[in-house]
This record gives sequence, structure tokens and C-alpha cells, in this order.
Amino acid sequence: MGNMATQTQFHVLAVDDSLIDRKLIERLLKTSSYQVTAVDSGSKALEFLGLNGENEDEERNSSVESVSAADEDHQVGVNLIITDYCMPGMTGYDLLRKIKQSSSFKDIPVVIMSSENIPSRINRCLEDGAEEFFLKPVKLSDVNKLRPHLMKGITTKTEMQSNTNKRKGSEEIQSPDRTRPRYNELEVV
Amino acid sequence: MMSLHDNRRWKPRLLECEIPASNPKSLQISKPKKVNLRPHFLLLKFAFLPGFKYPVAKTGLPLWMLGLDADRLRADLNRLLAFLFHQGILDEQYLQLQQLQDESSPNFVSEVVNIYFHESEKLLRNLRSLLMDRDFSDYDKMGIHLNQFIGSSSSIGAKRVRNVCVAFRAASDQNNRAGCLRALELLEHEYCILKNKLHELFQIEQQRLLAAGVRYPMLN
Repeated sequence: MGNMATQTQFHVLAVDDSLIDRKLIERLLKTSSYQVTAVDSGSKALEFLGLNGENEDEERNSSVESVSAADEDHQVGVNLIITDYCMPGMTGYDLLRKIKQSSSFKDIPVVIMSSENIPSRINRCLEDGAEEFFLKPVKLSDVNKLRPHLMKGITTKTEMQSNTNKRKGSEEIQSPDRTRPRYNELEVV
Repeated sequence: MMSLHDNRRWKPRLLECEIPASNPKSLQISKPKKVNLRPHFLLLKFAFLPGFKYPVAKTGLPLWMLGLDADRLRADLNRLLAFLFHQGILDEQYLQLQQLQDESSPNFVSEVVNIYFHESEKLLRNLRSLLMDRDFSDYDKMGIHLNQFIGSSSSIGAKRVRNVCVAFRAASDQNNRAGCLRALELLEHEYCILKNKLHELFQIEQQRLLAAGVRYPMLN
């Protein structure tokens, strides 16, 4: 099925107000064979995810299907969000909090980047749910650390899929999904 | 293809001295030796032996005489890079940029550097117009510009420019206008140097690509 094919390429959402840093992170991620969407602010990131400050319940009960990444079939799913800390308006930390408060997206791993090495800032981000904290400039060795977080995401996702059998039960193939994470892990290695 | 010009023998190394990225101390580079001239001496030595094959342009002149020698240009490139590292004008982040350039993204470095030039010049104009204003007092705004400049310089490996920006920011944090003016002068100067050197780098790289792409007709 279509879902199986797209699952082999992870989709990363990159958020940074600096054009140069966006270019850099985009190239770093593409070099590691990730699909990338780069936006220049936290609000654009939320917009892309489909979290326009709407109520979570409204989203679920709505009969109008959204065409954003919020689609439950994960056809344009986001597997990881990497964001700069210092941004005008919504900081990376604010974005982290919003994502962790969202029932649809709290399981997406979030990574924070910053040019400033401030331990209290780093600890606060990690405590509030960030998986990693990278010091800028970000290197290829940093991007390599993303893979385990992405692999973890697949297992979680398939468990969620088999647990929440809502509308298209007939299209959700359960047993192949369960074996998929193992198969992917072998491929990646 | 002649063996002396077989590019496989000359592994594309960015610098004559290997620099492990994790150890900045090893950026102590000695002056490049004149080793690279050797192949040319050999070429001269054996040029007139019968049966010797060497690349020749349509005019009958060897290509190395026309200056279109990929090996010599690569040596020039390495020499310039070594100089820039030695002077602290560039740091290892620039190498990271080069490593990210490949067939799928062949102009990555120049694209990023051109964005950097464009943004930097805008920032410099903003900084100058702020400081030239007699009633200037918005050091916060200046700090924001400087943070952006520091970030972008750091991202492309422009070490000296970045360091001057940091000193500039310190003066700004102390609301030291005279200090800021001095720092701005120095910053404009360092930026000029960087821009000129990077242009030089790109020129050599372009010539090298041109030379490497030239077909070599064989002379019997």
C-alpha cells in the first residue's frame, strides 16, 4: 500500500528564522536521506501541523478532513521536529510546549538547536520533553543522533494505529504493520 | 589518459595537512611545501622522449602551459584554504559546508555564501545607520542585529568576523558608543577581507572545474 512505501523515508520539520541555518539544516537532513520541510517560525510550524490554536476536540469531531500533516493516516506525517531556540515571536521552547500539550502531536520527537550554551536553558528543554539539544553550528554527527529517535517513533505509531481503529478499519492492515518496525530496523542497519 | 595526470592518484584532499574536525589544535598548519611543482618538472624532463603522451591543446601547447591545469589549481586552492585557516579567517565549519556539497547539490557552498554576503551587507548597513544617528540609544536593536551576524558567521565558519561581532556585542551591552564605532570599523574591514578571499576561492574552484572538464586529445 502507499503508506508502506512512504514509511521508509522519514519526514522532518525544521524551524529556524535564519535563512542560512535553514539551508544548512535542510542540506544536513537531505544528505541523511530525510524528507525535509523548512519553515521560518513557530507559528508556521503549527500551521503546517494543522494546529492553528484550534481545540483538539474540534479537530477530531470535524467532518471536514484537513489536508495538513494532521491527517491520521500520516500521509504527510511528520516524524521529527527540529527547531531553533531563539526566534522572534514564538521561541523554540514555546513551540516545544505547544507540541507536547497537543494530543495529536505530543509523541513526535522534538529537538532544539541553539547557538548559546546555557545549561539552565538546555536542562529546561530536556526536562520539558525535548529529545536532544544541539549547539550550533549543527554538524552531520549531530544529525546522525536523530535516527534512534525516529526509529522509536515507528514502533509507537504502529501501536497507535492498531489501537485506534477509527474510520477506515478495512484499510488498516495490522499484522504487516507490526512486523514493519523490525524490518525497517534491519534495513537501516 | 596519461598517468601523471591521472586524477585518481591525487586524492582530493581539502588541505595538504589533514585536519581532524574534533581537534582544533591541529589547525597549526606549516607553510605548504612546494611539492606540487614536482609533476611539472617531471613533465618537462620527459617531454621530449619519444612515445611520451601528454595533454595538448589544439594550438599544440601543453595545457599546463596555458594555466589550465587541474592539479595545479587544486594545489592553489589548498594553499589558499590553508592560509585562510592559518589566519583564522575561516574555521572547520567551512569544511563542513564543503562536505555537504556533492553531485545532488553542486553549488551548495556558493549558494550559502552568497546568502551570507547579502544578509551581512544588509546588517552592516543597519548597524552603520544606527550608529550614525546622533540620537541613537537603541542598543537592544543593535544587539539583535549582532546576534544574527554572529549566528550566520558561525554557520559558515567565518571565525574572525564572528569574533569581532562578539566584541562589538560586548561594547553594545555596555552602551559604549565609541567602542561600538571602533568595532564597526573593524567589522567592516574584516568582512571585506573575508569577501575578497572567498571570491578568490570560488574563482580558483571555477577554473579548476573548467580545467578538469577539458577533454585531453592525445598526441602520438
